[in-house]
Amino acid sequence: MQHTLRQVFRSGKFIVGFSILMTILLIVIIYPWVVRHPPLQIIGQGTFFPPGIYVNVYDAIHAPTLYTLNLEDAAANRIGNKLRQEDRVAMKEWLVAFGVPEDEIDIDDTEKLLALWEANYNPDLRLPGMTFARHRYFQRVNASIDGLLSTEPAIIAAPNSETGALEQKALIRQTDYANVDEVANVRILALGTDNFGRDVLTQLVAATAVSLVIGLVAGLIATTIGLTLGLLAGYIGGLVDDVLMFFTNLFTVIPTFVLLILISFSIGQDKRGAITIAMVIGFTSWVWTARAVRSQVLSLRNRDHVNLSKLSGHSVPRIILVDILPYIASYVVMAFILQVSSGILAEAGLSILGLGPRTTETPTLGLMMNWAMIYQAHILGKWWAYLPVLVTIALVSFSMNLMNTGLDQVFNPALRD
Amino acid sequence: MVNKGNPCLSGRGVTKIFGFGRHKTIAVDHVDFDFHEGEIVSIVGESGSGKTTLAKMLLGLISVTEGEIYFQGKKRDLSSGRKKQEYWRNIQAIFQDPFSSYNIFHKIDSVLLDCIRMRGGGNLPREKKVEMMTEACSFVNLKFAELTNKYPFELSGGQMQRLMIARIFLLKPKILVADEPTSMIDACSRATILDYLMKLRNETGMTLIFITHDIGLAYYVSDTIYIMEHGRFVESGSADDVILYPKHPYTRRLISDVPKIYEEWDLSTV
Repeated sequence: MQHTLRQVFRSGKFIVGFSILMTILLIVIIYPWVVRHPPLQIIGQGTFFPPGIYVNVYDAIHAPTLYTLNLEDAAANRIGNKLRQEDRVAMKEWLVAFGVPEDEIDIDDTEKLLALWEANYNPDLRLPGMTFARHRYFQRVNASIDGLLSTEPAIIAAPNSETGALEQKALIRQTDYANVDEVANVRILALGTDNFGRDVLTQLVAATAVSLVIGLVAGLIATTIGLTLGLLAGYIGGLVDDVLMFFTNLFTVIPTFVLLILISFSIGQDKRGAITIAMVIGFTSWVWTARAVRSQVLSLRNRDHVNLSKLSGHSVPRIILVDILPYIASYVVMAFILQVSSGILAEAGLSILGLGPRTTETPTLGLMMNWAMIYQAHILGKWWAYLPVLVTIALVSFSMNLMNTGLDQVFNPALRD
Repeated sequence: MVNKGNPCLSGRGVTKIFGFGRHKTIAVDHVDFDFHEGEIVSIVGESGSGKTTLAKMLLGLISVTEGEIYFQGKKRDLSSGRKKQEYWRNIQAIFQDPFSSYNIFHKIDSVLLDCIRMRGGGNLPREKKVEMMTEACSFVNLKFAELTNKYPFELSGGQMQRLMIARIFLLKPKILVADEPTSMIDACSRATILDYLMKLRNETGMTLIFITHDIGLAYYVSDTIYIMEHGRFVESGSADDVILYPKHPYTRRLISDVPKIYEEWDLSTV
């Protein structure tokens, strides 16, 4: 046993796969301890906020101290944020079309460009040949550059409780900075929010945990059923073999995924919990494990050590457990890993079709894909709603398949390098 | 020629057929035999002649398609696990390949302990068991102290096969089926294995059913020889009769196929 483990951990592929899986597991276990937000809480009003650090503006203004930093590129950054290069080119295009001579326009000189724009632009004038969309675009540009070059501080005012008139409370100069650590409310949304306004990262971690459990339960059920039936059919043979293989062949002929869809559908949305789905997957995917185990046992049961064990008067269960099972244990472990991986994929497949676990309690990787798809994240370009989920699914099944290949190389000498 | 005792294992019309219909293979075809108590019987035949299948039927490891096997004059009954266990107290085997005769996940002690348990010594104190195992090992010139707590792959083929004989020594069955016990062993160890088998047989007086493809070896050890070809016994009788005055052409061919040191080897019959 010790020897086998040492050999397994000398296989590069197994170690890489194992490390990836363990990293995912560690993140899944540790993350909820550090970030204690409920994964399905709706925090954002609106859909698909992009990833980033969200600083509460109210708290930033009221930070205990405002620091003055005189940074040279502050003004340029401020302008650049509002007036991008393509906007400048577009402004030049408008001005030329309006009739300003082209050599008079220098788009890199912000002050001159804005002066020219100020002097000539008329929001109500629609130039001939310009589409309405383009016309609106120039209106938006015009609005955004309003007061761009102003150096006046912003005024914070509050209404007087008696007269209702605004009273100046504070001035925010352009050189005022707040330290993020001193701002009361900062929320890091590393992967933004989803269509319901929920934190994608927290949700992803919770979903990975649930999906791993689903895979594990499905894998355990499938391997247990497959192993038991395979051992019985292979070792006992005769009528038992015929009957068991009849059922196995029935299940082989019916496409598993169709069966899975039908069962999930007939259970109904209300009763479909994560574990129910896992069990449905487990009960429909044991077939090939049973067949493979059976054929392995068939070749083992006529070996001399089994005959010797019979001659030593051992009972059938003991022979199966002691003289057959250890010989196929490595194979069963490998099959189990593949079953877990395919269980996770099956759940994702079911959920994408809307037949996954009910949506109110737990997120799963498949459900996250389903939500992203229904709310058209892929069309809207909101990559953070689906890409991290895809990567996680791929990583989990990649790591497991890699472990499997590594194990195969250890246990099958013909595959060793 | 030893005096023949009572028949302890007989067969009438014993047949084994594998498969059905067009894929039918008749491995053993209506063979009759009488093995007597204390006798050394050899069943000789080339590869694929059905020797091992017959041995497995004798051992009760595979079912008999047709015909009956009689054990100590009575029809053999293996209908339940208990009856099988009782039968296997009387008949034991040594297999051809010592490397596959052991469960590679178990220390070799367990093989010997199984024998003690089978002889009803499961509740003996540990010291007594060790003493019995030591005695069995020293019978085949092995040191139990060196072997205990070892795994089968740490032993040589000769050591493994000797340990199989030690196992028989502990079990002391009435009948031993030795299915080519020396064919996987090198020539030097072969003589030792045979010596121990003969010694064991002389001490316990058990019936030895020796299955081999080596007619020279069969002549050397046995009282009675059965020649098997394509699942049938083509000739049988005392060793001297069969070897010195062979009647069937197949027997003559087998004898001429034995390489002789001082003669040109006749390959024309092959």
